[in-house]
Amino acid sequence: MRRLSARANDIGRSRLVVAGPYLWLLLFFLAPFLIVLKISVSHDVIAQPPYAPVLDPSKGWAGMREFVGGLDLQNYAYVFGDAIFHESVLQSLVIAAVSTLIILLIGYPIAYGMARAPRRLRPLLLIAVILPFWTSFLIRVYAWMGILAREGFLNQTLRALGLIDEPLELLSTNTAVYIGIVYSYLPFMVLPLYAVLEKTDESLLEAAADLGAPPWKSFWLVTFPLSLPGIVAGSLLCFIPAVGEFVIPDLLGGSETLMLGKTLWTEFSVNRSWTVSAAVAVLMLIVLVGPILVYQHMQARSFEGGR
Amino acid sequence: MRRGMSIFNVTSLTLGFAFLYLPIVLLVVYSFNDSRLVTVWGGFSTRWYTALLSNQQLLDAAWVTLRVALVTATVATVLGTLAALALTRMGRFRGRTLFAGMVYAPLVMPEVITGLSLLLLFVAIGLERGFWTVTLAHITFTLCFVAVVVQSRLVSFDRSLEEAAMDLGATPLKTFLTVTLPIISPAVAAGFMLAFTLSLDDLVIANFTSGPGATTLPMRIYSQVRLGVTPEINAVCTLFIVAVTALVLAVSLVTKRETLAREAAARAM
Repeated sequence: MRRLSARANDIGRSRLVVAGPYLWLLLFFLAPFLIVLKISVSHDVIAQPPYAPVLDPSKGWAGMREFVGGLDLQNYAYVFGDAIFHESVLQSLVIAAVSTLIILLIGYPIAYGMARAPRRLRPLLLIAVILPFWTSFLIRVYAWMGILAREGFLNQTLRALGLIDEPLELLSTNTAVYIGIVYSYLPFMVLPLYAVLEKTDESLLEAAADLGAPPWKSFWLVTFPLSLPGIVAGSLLCFIPAVGEFVIPDLLGGSETLMLGKTLWTEFSVNRSWTVSAAVAVLMLIVLVGPILVYQHMQARSFEGGR
Repeated sequence: MRRGMSIFNVTSLTLGFAFLYLPIVLLVVYSFNDSRLVTVWGGFSTRWYTALLSNQQLLDAAWVTLRVALVTATVATVLGTLAALALTRMGRFRGRTLFAGMVYAPLVMPEVITGLSLLLLFVAIGLERGFWTVTLAHITFTLCFVAVVVQSRLVSFDRSLEEAAMDLGATPLKTFLTVTLPIISPAVAAGFMLAFTLSLDDLVIANFTSGPGATTLPMRIYSQVRLGVTPEINAVCTLFIVAVTALVLAVSLVTKRETLAREAAARAM
């Protein structure tokens, strides 16, 4: 009986437990998206707020009709006809995809080395990967400004070594953007990869070796397939935010660098068009909704599998 | 592995960590450069650090950032822990899919979208931008990180302990306070730390949602960084790095000691 009443109590308590975060996320996460959606079909006006139409509930149905009648797709038409936007979408996707691939190629050996390191060293290595991730993102991007500048550390070193005569133009180019993204997002790839590689059952590798497989073959047939969930998780963790990246293209990129996050920010802060930047945000979400859903699905499944 | 570490593994770890740490080390080294030209070494000096103390704008920004981060981390830890409990202890409730989606999406959501959408919300409901709007925005995205950290601890712990407490007549609240919370406390502490540092660090969302009088340190650094590399910024960044590193190491030591103690206790039982 007590058990039963405890269960009933449990349900009552549960409602309270979920209510707080649920309401919070509805108000501050979901509702803002609906507002973005609405503003993306509004018009810029010089007023407060700087868009129209605004729904006036006191006018009742007539106000509602007037409000809906004032909405249209002209921001989308503008964005779709805009060469800068086309270029931004293309560059964002290419830069994010290529960077993610480079991060995977660099991150995999690091994660693999960590997972094969002596057991007592592993926590230390883990902290060493996490630490730069906790240190400011902005600061890490800033550090590269000093390295890649014309008279920066890299050019000085290369010149001192006699490898180049003229300084390389690196800062304010897409190369610098690639370097910045690879550097900043590397821990996002290493951590999920390490998590799966560390769990790999070594008896499988021993079995493969006993059956005569050379190390590269047992890696390719055993370790690599088992690490696929980590590869997918790490790649999504890098790719999705990289598409919308703003700080890196802004500080390390040049005038040729057009990425969606930067375009959105320019529309918002320089061109002061809230409605166009809302339309860009909606389009960015449409581009990313597939990867985001895959990521959510994996995240939910990884917790359910752990039960 | 049987053979110990191969040359390949040692090399990839060395190169990998060199790549991760070299930029930070260079930044710290050049903060002690006497020359104003950041690229020329002019001897050791701490003058950029002394200069910071008289930079009132920077000190104000640091103070704002610290307050935002403290409020953010406190509220986000409570809400995030509740969210994690709901996701792991409540089974299938109505609206669970939407809830889980809202908890996981902000982890990968590009910051420009979060920032813009929150700004438009604040404008729509007529909330004046400033300290509280930044804090509300920060709580929203950091609570999801707390939820994931706490959730991973909740799924891996032995539920029979909770059931035993309930069978012995403890109320759900008492069970939570005396059994569940002590067990998940390292994860809660880690979540608090994560929320705190994410808030300290955030530039993009603050840029959208902040208003006059609530300029955060990253916003201030950013506006100076855009003009180029200077030793003063190197000095600010160095202090920032030292503070965060010390905090992270302290927490990881504390939680590690707790984990060890708990494991020892479990073995003794």
